[in-house]
Amino acid sequence: MRWLRRNLVGIVGIAVLVYLFVPIAVIMVLSFNKPSGKYNLTWNEFSLDAWTNLCGVPGVCSSFVTSIQIGVISTIVATVLGSMIAFALVRYRFRGRSTTNLLIFLPMATPEVVMGASLLALFLNLRFPLGEGTVIIAHIMFIISFVVVTVKARLQGMDPRLEEAARDLYANPRAVFRYVTFPLVLPGIVGAALLGFALSFDDFIISFFNAGTLVTFPIYIWGAAQRGIPVQVNALATIVFVVALLIVLTAQFVNQRRRRSLATSVVPADALPRS
Amino acid sequence: MVAVVPAAGRASSTPSAQKSSRTGYLLLFPGIAWLAVFFAIPFVTLFLTSLQKPIEGQSGRYAVGLEFGNYASAMAEYWPLFVRSFVYAGIATIIALVIAYPLAYFIAFRGGRWRSLLLVLVIAPSFASFLLRTYAWKTILADEGIITSTLNALHLLPDGRILNTGIAVVAGLTYNFLPFMILPLYAALEKIDPRLIEAAGDLYASPATAFRKVTWPLSMPGVVAGTLLTFIPAAGDYINAALLGSTGNRMIGNAIQINFIQFRDYPTASALSFVLMAIILVLVFTYIRRAGTEDLV
Amino acid sequence: MAEKANTVEDLHLQNLTKSFGDFVAVDDLTLTIPAGSFFALLGASGCGKTTTLRMVAGLEDPTEGSIRIGDRDITRLRAFERPVNTVFQSYALFPHLDIFENVAFGLRRRGIKDVKPAVEQMLELVELGPMARRKPAQLSGGQQQRVAVARALINRPEVLLLDEPLGALDLKLRRQMQIELKRIQVDVGTTFVHVTHDQEEAMTMADTVAVMNAGRIEQLGHPADIYETPRTVFVANFLGQSNLIVGRRSGAAGDDTLVEAHGLTFAVPSQRCFAAGSDVIVGVRPEKITVLDAVDRDRVPESHNRVDGTVTDVSYTGVSTQYLVRSSWGQEFMVFEQNVIVGDRCDVGDPVVLHWAPSHTFGLDGAGS
Repeated sequence: MRWLRRNLVGIVGIAVLVYLFVPIAVIMVLSFNKPSGKYNLTWNEFSLDAWTNLCGVPGVCSSFVTSIQIGVISTIVATVLGSMIAFALVRYRFRGRSTTNLLIFLPMATPEVVMGASLLALFLNLRFPLGEGTVIIAHIMFIISFVVVTVKARLQGMDPRLEEAARDLYANPRAVFRYVTFPLVLPGIVGAALLGFALSFDDFIISFFNAGTLVTFPIYIWGAAQRGIPVQVNALATIVFVVALLIVLTAQFVNQRRRRSLATSVVPADALPRS
Repeated sequence: MVAVVPAAGRASSTPSAQKSSRTGYLLLFPGIAWLAVFFAIPFVTLFLTSLQKPIEGQSGRYAVGLEFGNYASAMAEYWPLFVRSFVYAGIATIIALVIAYPLAYFIAFRGGRWRSLLLVLVIAPSFASFLLRTYAWKTILADEGIITSTLNALHLLPDGRILNTGIAVVAGLTYNFLPFMILPLYAALEKIDPRLIEAAGDLYASPATAFRKVTWPLSMPGVVAGTLLTFIPAAGDYINAALLGSTGNRMIGNAIQINFIQFRDYPTASALSFVLMAIILVLVFTYIRRAGTEDLV
Repeated sequence: MAEKANTVEDLHLQNLTKSFGDFVAVDDLTLTIPAGSFFALLGASGCGKTTTLRMVAGLEDPTEGSIRIGDRDITRLRAFERPVNTVFQSYALFPHLDIFENVAFGLRRRGIKDVKPAVEQMLELVELGPMARRKPAQLSGGQQQRVAVARALINRPEVLLLDEPLGALDLKLRRQMQIELKRIQVDVGTTFVHVTHDQEEAMTMADTVAVMNAGRIEQLGHPADIYETPRTVFVANFLGQSNLIVGRRSGAAGDDTLVEAHGLTFAVPSQRCFAAGSDVIVGVRPEKITVLDAVDRDRVPESHNRVDGTVTDVSYTGVSTQYLVRSSWGQEFMVFEQNVIVGDRCDVGDPVVLHWAPSHTFGLDGAGS
């Protein structure tokens, strides 16, 4: 009883973690299913059909590729624009700081349905043709804020003395940026880009409003949900999940090693083992 | 969505280190211009659209107008959906807070060197498609499934089923936005010095009192951020209602989507969006007044 | 690295002022730091010493005044254009570069292609040769400190600035590094400007110490001169401890100025008396005072300054015994007595007489205090 009380938090915590993965398990298991009817909802029979024939259903793979394309383009643009804003916010003085902060914060606090609808209202009023272009515009718009937040945190966490040391050691402003600032902020930028891609790749609501006839992977799933989602979709989702998890775990590993070295420039180093 | 970045080091950005020059504006301009044109201005067009009037004989075409009546008619028809959205989102937020807190607490205070791995596990489910994860709940909550039959055996389900009821929608919302609750809570809890809790114990506080008087108040920033970040997307969501609920469980997002895309009733859809945004802005600004924008961004 | 920096010249600070808004961090500072000296700027935090250092490094722009090395005005040169390098507080080693690249950083930025021999020689000097390919995080505090010194010195700066360089080290390592740094300074012959709040560190290492307070230099000189002859109340209290008695000038006797306080007369050598007006503060260091049991008052030399009192506290510290003695007017005097004779200590409550030679007495300006 006492043991239970002491470990209650842990037990509940682990239970919540398991709960988070239940749907993932369902998605994975059903990717090996051979559904009896058109809906892949209940287990019927083991089959590798979806895995051996990933693009076997028309539209699945093309929508998948479309989503990757949109994700890559939006991520690159948003990462560049967002990182620039982050630098400006941390390193420069300018007027209208609170308006700027508000403009960055609000997209994260606005329901997607409102963002999707308002952007569609703009495009409709401008008679702007909907398609890949409008979806990319929309994705860049909502990713920027997340990039700003991530890169800004990294920049603020950096010891300002490192850049001063570089200046002191004959590095002109350009060299300071190239050899010290940029390498130190890079992990933050990469993290922001990964987050941005994930957001873009998985976005349904905003895309759906602004896609016109374009079909992204989530839009394909949405459409298929009415008439039965092909097993291939589960297989592709499983692949995406595993790949993303591997990327993040690798990044985590690299980051941890780097962070350990970052800490020492701030923390008195005596606590470290002598070598 | 994998949103929410745990509020990271808000270290000193000494004003003296800041340069004021044209470079700052040049760095700022492209991104801010993008946000202005594709985020801020659309709200203006959204508002203008909400006031448009239909052109006679041409369905789906509207002319510039000042039809404030659009708001009245939209609200008259859809106010129950607003109420339902906020009730569902509210319940989902409270449940999410209750189940997220122990996990966030566990990671922050008992995670040790597994902390970052545990955090990866919290966001990992977001790597699988949002739609598919929601769809998976159809399988989990199916009428013949373990959960439904168990609860039915205990006579706990009024309708005899979960799927296509409000319970399924709230369950889906809770699940989908749970990471948005866990991460800010973790960020707040992680900052608490565990010695403070020990000190409370040393000063005759029972574990429950120590939690109520020390841990909970200190984790308040995370609680506020987490509830907002869960509540806002949940209130605007329509995927859960569409996939897991029936027509009787429609939320305001469903109405906006259907009016905009199926019915092409742009003024009504815009009016609904505008009202939703207005309500949420009030919520957000109440928060900003408490914490300041720099704190959240 | 036996080679000395080619031409070492004096560092001149002329009317240097730095204000942040209303706050004046450095106030009209004029100072010449002789070439090749080990110069310490000593002061409490916020006294302007670090700001002064940063202005010399070029990391902060002076509000007014100029900085020269020899005849060259470097006031408007930017940090990376100055022949000045800094050992930063907590070192600021680049965490993403290994030790070799950290040390090579300055050379590479100046476009020197073949950095290997110089870097290896430098790492040899600081005894870190085998560590070249490690990352800073893998080094101990003392080793990181030496990398920071090597990284700055390899550029043969005309002035090396050290900002609390030993602040992050534990006491034992700090002692060791003090000696190490002094050895390196003698080896390379560069002017070292050292900022610290640790008076003992400043006195051990520097040949000239400047005590700073509120943006100004209170006193400048050889450590022993400043300690023996403080010129202001601030210095008397900041550098070591002092017993100060507030009094009034009452006359002169030979080379001594006489000061009357609490019914007693104290003799202060006139050239050690820095009071302008009639308000004089008589000062004496605790170790200069002798404690005598009151019954032995006849043994006090005639010429000595003396105060009667009662022992209120005795602390035995091994090397010395510290007494607190309350005088008849309630002031507590601090006395350090070397433990030369065992077993001859006064106890709390004992009536005693304190005495010291006039030559150990100093007089400070008491106006306004």
